[in-house]
Amino acid sequence: MSATNTQAMIAITDLTFRYGPRSTPVFDRFNWQVAPGETWSIIGASGCGKTTLLTLIAGLRRATSGTIRVGDTVIRRPRPETGLILQDYGLLPWATVWDNVALGLRVRRLYGPDGTHAPRTAPPPSRQEARRMVEQWLRRLNIADQRNKYPGAISGGQRQRTAIARTLALQPDLLLMDEPFSSLDAPTREDLQNLVIQLQREMDLTSVIVTHAIEEAAILGRHILVLGQPPNTEPVIVSNPGAGVPGYRSTPAFLDRCNELRELLGLKA
Amino acid sequence: MNDKATPFTDAARAAEARPLSAPPAVWEGDTATAKRAAKTTLARLGNLALALAIFVACWIALAAYLDRDIMPYPWEVLPVFVEEMREGDLWDHTVISAGRVLQAIAVAVLFATPIGMGLGQIRVLNRIFSPLIGLVHPIPKVVFLPVILVIMGIGETSKVFLIALILFFQILVVVRDEAASLRPELIQSVRSLGAGRRALFRYVYLPASLPAVLTALRVSVGTAIAVLFIAEQYSTREGLGYYIVTLTWQRLRFDQMYAGILAMSLLGLLLYMVVDVLERIVGRWRRAGELD
Repeated sequence: MSATNTQAMIAITDLTFRYGPRSTPVFDRFNWQVAPGETWSIIGASGCGKTTLLTLIAGLRRATSGTIRVGDTVIRRPRPETGLILQDYGLLPWATVWDNVALGLRVRRLYGPDGTHAPRTAPPPSRQEARRMVEQWLRRLNIADQRNKYPGAISGGQRQRTAIARTLALQPDLLLMDEPFSSLDAPTREDLQNLVIQLQREMDLTSVIVTHAIEEAAILGRHILVLGQPPNTEPVIVSNPGAGVPGYRSTPAFLDRCNELRELLGLKA
Repeated sequence: MNDKATPFTDAARAAEARPLSAPPAVWEGDTATAKRAAKTTLARLGNLALALAIFVACWIALAAYLDRDIMPYPWEVLPVFVEEMREGDLWDHTVISAGRVLQAIAVAVLFATPIGMGLGQIRVLNRIFSPLIGLVHPIPKVVFLPVILVIMGIGETSKVFLIALILFFQILVVVRDEAASLRPELIQSVRSLGAGRRALFRYVYLPASLPAVLTALRVSVGTAIAVLFIAEQYSTREGLGYYIVTLTWQRLRFDQMYAGILAMSLLGLLLYMVVDVLERIVGRWRRAGELD
């Protein structure tokens, strides 16, 4: 991949990351780029560093050395235009679905457009505007009837819909997801995967999803980054142009891709 | 393209077309929940009445069994209580005592909450200070009353300080444990929404520790009043402790003494009930799963 591409959404240059001064680096002079509008999956066995990479891009962890640039920003802290969705525990348990979806907008109103906590370019929405946006997203994600319930009283799928609504209400240009559907049952998972594909297309989102499920990686990512046991030095990338097309799940191409991933992960096809 | 997919823009337009100002007054399931809530309230009031009846019955039985001046009947105490409150200065003593407890609660909450949050969230601090807290927490702070009296003087400060000190440790420990139990995933995801320290405090730490503060208060309000009683034995001419021991007991005015005891009991009961109700309100979400 060309390092001169200045239009990249994510540009990782010479990234080295280790958890302790004497431990094996998870990434060693690792380079990787994501262009705007691309949909990526990151897959690998547990301990390969896929979640670490995502939290580095999200600005929740600092690189040992090297740079991570997202948009025009060199990442040192969370970037306001990046959205993050975690597997679980991301919602405030004491706040209703409505308040959880409104949380990001409230945070923006608290700080104003300071460039650190909220984008400098867009002024935070007025109270009324924020209310309208929350309503809109509750409806879009089909959780409007749950608005007065607490996260503990709704299903896992509805919780993840709430988390997605909360993140997308901030109109991110980059969406990072860490095992977002791993704790859901199969039908709910498939339902939400389809929803994400739909949203990716409608909002022209760049997205990176971390998963340990081979099928999920092949369904959601047109590009798949395969990580191995640390240290990761060279990105192993699988091109998967069929992803995001309805019905892809039942095509031979999908099965071929899954088998290719299995082989790369050292599993028998 | 998925045929069933509604383009987002259409959904947004449809959502905007509908008036959003007033959500429907009653959401599905709310009536049932309200009915159940009313039922529980009624049941609680019934239980309270029953408890009161048993309490009064025991009082009467004890008074009849002892048959001495030191143990009057409720019907002898109650008129004296009303009269002392209206004519005498029992009300003033009650106000003074209540003021001391409330000040102590305020001071304890203001100091213990942020420190507890800090200890719970910053592991290094907790590792350094937890053994110290574990050592100091079980010491009955009331034994330092003489020391506090000498150092802080005989005024209000020493009394408020002693009570605040006891409440401080109770709140500190509970808030610390609550803050420590916050999942790192929760903090991370709120940070990813742009939250810095200020927003984390406002939207995460504060709402997370508020129920903990109230739980600690509910448990320790009784102790606080007991210590107030002891503290009011020294260097003051105001407060229920002074009223009960010096003004009435030592002068063998037992009916008035019981009026004072009743006032102090009601003060404790009232504080407990206020804290309990507040705790129920802020802790609603904990029971949300059961109600549904």
